Amino acid sequence: MSEHSDILPTRQSMGGMTDQLTGIPLHFPADRRWVIAMTVASAMLLLLMVSVVALFTRGVGIWGINIPVNWAFAIHNYVWWLGIGHAGTLISALLLLTGSEWRNSLNRFAETMTLFAVVCAGIYPFLHLGRPWYVYWMFPYPATMGVWPQFRSPLEWDIWAVLTYLTVSLAFWYTGLIPDLAAARDRATRRGWQVFFGITALGWRGSARHWQRWQQAYRLTAGLAVPLVVSVHSEVSLLFAAGQIPGWHSTIFPPYFVLGAAFSGFAVVSIIAVSLRSWFGLKNLVTDDHLDLLGKVLLATGLMTGYGYVFEVFDAVYSGEAHEMQTLVDRFTGAYAWTYWGAVIFNFIPLQALWWRAVRRSGWMLLLISVSVVIGMWLERYMILVTSLYRDFLVSSWSHFTPSFWDWSTYFGTIGLFLVPFLIAVRLVPMISIFESKELLHEEKEGQQHG
Amino acid sequence: MAEQLYGALAEFKSPEDLLAAARKAREAGYRNLDAFSPFPVDGLDRILRFPRPTISFIGLGGAIAGASTALAMQFFTNYDYPLNVGGRPIYPISAFAVVTFELTILFSALAMLFGMLWQNGLPRLSYPVFNGKRFHRASKDRFFLCVGADDARFDAGETLAFLSGAGALSVELVPE
Repeated sequence: MSEHSDILPTRQSMGGMTDQLTGIPLHFPADRRWVIAMTVASAMLLLLMVSVVALFTRGVGIWGINIPVNWAFAIHNYVWWLGIGHAGTLISALLLLTGSEWRNSLNRFAETMTLFAVVCAGIYPFLHLGRPWYVYWMFPYPATMGVWPQFRSPLEWDIWAVLTYLTVSLAFWYTGLIPDLAAARDRATRRGWQVFFGITALGWRGSARHWQRWQQAYRLTAGLAVPLVVSVHSEVSLLFAAGQIPGWHSTIFPPYFVLGAAFSGFAVVSIIAVSLRSWFGLKNLVTDDHLDLLGKVLLATGLMTGYGYVFEVFDAVYSGEAHEMQTLVDRFTGAYAWTYWGAVIFNFIPLQALWWRAVRRSGWMLLLISVSVVIGMWLERYMILVTSLYRDFLVSSWSHFTPSFWDWSTYFGTIGLFLVPFLIAVRLVPMISIFESKELLHEEKEGQQHG
Repeated sequence: MAEQLYGALAEFKSPEDLLAAARKAREAGYRNLDAFSPFPVDGLDRILRFPRPTISFIGLGGAIAGASTALAMQFFTNYDYPLNVGGRPIYPISAFAVVTFELTILFSALAMLFGMLWQNGLPRLSYPVFNGKRFHRASKDRFFLCVGADDARFDAGETLAFLSGAGALSVELVPE
């Protein structure tokens, strides 16, 4: 951002901004649309519950997985959801540290998105266990059998990485939320809201001493969250790269996964930003300039992901290893070539429209491109899993994978698991950071006076 | 006044007014000062001479605790149940790195959050300044300066007059 262009329109007051944003939970403006969205989301959540009950009664055999394709949808959607979550942390933490003020209108719902996307991701390995009641075997406890979890395996790293990520995201989200909960508490007129915000704000009073400690804690947590994101998704990629399967066993995987994660996540942030601003009339806070910047970030991360695609091919060709080459050919022309070309087309073709400023600044265009990216990244994760597994070294372990009804129902169910708590959060807490927006507004007005 | 006083609260329109008033109050010899604002006001900590916050050291302590816990856990479990996987080392630092890193971050982040709350004395749902009639705007668009009643130079009438003179929109005394 150049210093002279203001991202927030300065013809608004701090008081007006506070009333507008605390008003969304306190005097909910879009009841009808919220109820409709909630109905759809709850139906999907119900579908998940049915699918999980079916899974727990009948076992993972109801899914399309088999030997050799024994990971498929469960791990594929796990990676997809987790990747989406990462953009929330990156927007919030990385852009806080670099002083990019435009994040202030986006960080709260991006972090909220992270929380629930990680929950959706987290349930998948659990469902995939087969015997989920033994999940505590992942933790080191003094078992009567005298064995311990194997810390030299990426599968064991996974649970530590995901639980840490969830906990730290929650801590970061809540730390940033406390001052806004206090603002909502002071505006609340109904008893129930006063009690709710009164307790959740923890008695925050905006004391200068408190702000000082708060700022240090918030910035340092942000500083920890950035390497955490990189480590978590690198670790996820090691689930694959540490194995010997052709198409997985590659050093390019950690950066390739992290960039792809950021790419899909920024797409979902764009979808939510466009939806929320039209839903609640927040054009004064989520401006066309914000969409412009989101579009640029989406384009940049997309091109970096594209670079990963190129180098994945180069890696295989350069290795000259017969099985690597075979997997590459399978990806281009095999039974699942549609996932490869689908990923390439959905990820990178509509994306090119973002080179034009008018496209980036138009809400619905950005929305459509983002939806395309989300589909593309979903196909990419499908491709990485299935095309590598369905044909590995020996012909005797060649097979096929077809997702079953329960694969799909579980997947659509997790979308409900994401949307229901997200919609509840929209209803309960300020979805745009109030105090940071005010701080930015004040700085902009100052700049105008002196400039 | 019969009831115990907490201090005098003055309301200001902008962070600049607050900073100017805080500077004047320091010059007038007031030491027990605190300010309340809807967002962190830059430079206030220098004027009010607050000590530097120590959250970073708490975070460092948490990080060291996390790393030690993770390493101790991984070394011990592999020592207690050594499993030979194709002759690979029993204690590979590279394989322990991921869990060590995650727990370092986890312990550090939680230590900072709870350390911040602990040092701030939160949660504390009720506090004397909340009795201020206009204090609800401290979370909206007003900036407050509070002179504590236990300040050596505090005198109800004089302090209120001083704060009004420093450009306050309104002044009031808050009971304990």
